Amino acid sequence: MPRKVLEPRFSVEYLSILDSDGNLDAALEPEISPEQLQTLYRAMLLGRRLDERMVRLQRQGRVGTFAPIKGQEASQMGSVFSLRRTDWMVPSFRETAAMLWRGWPIEKLLLFFAGHLEGGQPAPDQRDLPITIPVATQLPHAVGLAYAAQYRGDDVVVMAFFGDGATSEGDFHEALNFAGVWHVPIVFVCQNNQWAISVPIKKQTHSRTLAQKALAYGLPGIQVDGNDVLAVYAASRDAVEQARAGDGPTLIECVTYRLGVHTTADDPTKYRSEEEVQEWERKDPLTRFAAYLQKKNLLPEGLEQEVDAEIAAAVTRFEAAAAADPLRMFDHVYAEPPPHLVAQREEMRERLRSDNAPPEGEPHPSPPMRGQRSTSRWRN
Amino acid sequence: MAKLNMVKALNLALLQEMERDEDIVVIGEDVGVDGGVFRVTEDLHRKFGGKRVIDSPLAEAAIVGTSIGMALYGLKPVCEIQFSGFSFQGFHQIENHAARYRMRSQGRFHCQMVVRMPYGGGVRALEHHSESEEQFYAHIPGLKMVIPSGPRNARALLVSAIRDPDPVVFFEAKGLYHAAREDVPDEIETLPIGRAHVVREGADLTVISYGAMLRVAREAAETLAAENGVECEVIDVLTLSPLDRETLVASVRKTGRAVIVHEAPRSFGPGAEIATSIMEGAFLSLEAPIRRVTAGDVPFVGFARERANVPDVARVLAAARDTLAY
Ligand SMILES: Cc1ncc(C[n+]2csc(CCOP(=O)(O)OP(=O)(O)O)c2C)c(N)n1
Ligand SMILES: [Mg+2]
Repeated sequence: MPRKVLEPRFSVEYLSILDSDGNLDAALEPEISPEQLQTLYRAMLLGRRLDERMVRLQRQGRVGTFAPIKGQEASQMGSVFSLRRTDWMVPSFRETAAMLWRGWPIEKLLLFFAGHLEGGQPAPDQRDLPITIPVATQLPHAVGLAYAAQYRGDDVVVMAFFGDGATSEGDFHEALNFAGVWHVPIVFVCQNNQWAISVPIKKQTHSRTLAQKALAYGLPGIQVDGNDVLAVYAASRDAVEQARAGDGPTLIECVTYRLGVHTTADDPTKYRSEEEVQEWERKDPLTRFAAYLQKKNLLPEGLEQEVDAEIAAAVTRFEAAAAADPLRMFDHVYAEPPPHLVAQREEMRERLRSDNAPPEGEPHPSPPMRGQRSTSRWRN
Repeated sequence: MAKLNMVKALNLALLQEMERDEDIVVIGEDVGVDGGVFRVTEDLHRKFGGKRVIDSPLAEAAIVGTSIGMALYGLKPVCEIQFSGFSFQGFHQIENHAARYRMRSQGRFHCQMVVRMPYGGGVRALEHHSESEEQFYAHIPGLKMVIPSGPRNARALLVSAIRDPDPVVFFEAKGLYHAAREDVPDEIETLPIGRAHVVREGADLTVISYGAMLRVAREAAETLAAENGVECEVIDVLTLSPLDRETLVASVRKTGRAVIVHEAPRSFGPGAEIATSIMEGAFLSLEAPIRRVTAGDVPFVGFARERANVPDVARVLAAARDTLAY
């Protein structure tokens, strides 16, 4: 037979458990204890409230450009919630809620976005990579982590985050391919928020879903309602369990929406309609989950105030942090600074000392005539 | 004649060249509907449509790579890399191919294309949004590397880059985009690629710079004139590769002293090549070692520390005075 079907059974599932009207598919409802449900909601709310606070801090010039997460709380929390502390988390640049859950202190994140590299330092016991800004470039690192964990025989799963735009980069495809070939314990979480800055998903790919890109590399791909935290959690829990059991990687596409600006430097009115945003606001992951909890009588009073107080205290600590000492820029270039860096650091130290010295009120002496050599170097 | 900032001046160059030549296409991330994240391609999509002003998927290698294919066919792509920090994702296409097709095909093919990208600091941005990476491109044989310093020369050089038969990497200093407005003539202007520009004449010391650091060099020169009666010659390099050694050497033959200012890290940076070229061409005229004022050899310092790292007027003055007193 010269022509025959080799792969007849490609399929991509879509998973939704709690829809935007509050309808619940009870058969699919994941088992989560009441305390865990509350914890999950609190983490989502913290992400949302901090995001709003950070936008204000940015407008006031207290932090620099950053990428707000509003609308993507369920995608982030539903996925990262299924990890253990001993697992690894590899973020891109829009995972504030997930990073908080993984133990990054609020003030550290603020420090990072205020232009201090200290804010990017994970705690010694944290199995988290710092924020990565070049799109998709972190994905091969995540596969490498997973390979190393498998090599050592450790009980570790790696979860890596990225956006819809990232699926156009070579690094994404290379990472999925390696993960498939090596059969490593990794979960790829794509937050498909419909936009890569001004480029809509339709211009990003001709594929119907992003999940199906996994199939070409021999891995399962699943699409979930990314604003439904129950669905994201259920899919992630399965994928993490599968990875932990040695059954290989999964790609999860969370269909969500970036309700806010791409970054605080962006003006979305140039490329998308207010109606589109409003339509997605009706699918807000927090409202939906809050209603679900309300029905179960699990929504505590005063939670917002409590979360806001936590944020306010962190902002105070952030603002009390010492001013950046420029000399520390030389600290982590190499394990041992080579002589030229030691010299550059010394040169800067000298310079800063003379910058800070009180003005002596003496004019600079005139330089010698051209061609005339003075024995001593003339310093100002 | 209109007073334009550098964004508007670059936009004018693209607009006028595209009106003149249908083979020119613009491609990059967010260059279409959004008009580019810095608005350099504003309105082009509306004017010329999505076939000529292409909002590409997010992949620098393919932006440069497909542009190479278009150029081999005879189009003249102008690609935008959103920030120079993300040009490494397309670096292999630039180095392995754009710069080499002429040689590889022994003249049968060549890549008439421009790769534009914003570079440099001063905008309170995160990692990969503030660095200066010109040295990587200036080092590639077969490639030209242009860095304008203001609206008028940016516009003229971009036109020249588009018309140049060889691939040109075109760096735009982010700090200059909105810094100043200049008179820019309505009719199309060009400036020769490969020519530096003496922007201030003087006989005592040559200060060499480009891009956003040119302003720092000029200010230092004015201060030296006012405070010390020293007349600096200030040279705006404009094209890093091919470097206008003739202009640099002629100046230092006259002044005997040189200070080079750039924002890129020091080691193996453009300053090294410029200094060596001067040394080779004006050795007997040199009165003092050539000084470099640059950023430190550190990957990225965070914008909270940026000012301490990037050259400023005080540092140029200190280097100039050292040189003069040698
Ligand atoms: C390699 C690279 N190219 C370009 C950019 C500039 N940039 C930052 S975010 C972004 C869009 C990313 O879209 P997506 O992957 O969907 O993530 P989202 O921002 O929507 O979370 C672009 C083009 C970058 N950071 N890295
Ligand atoms: Mg996106």
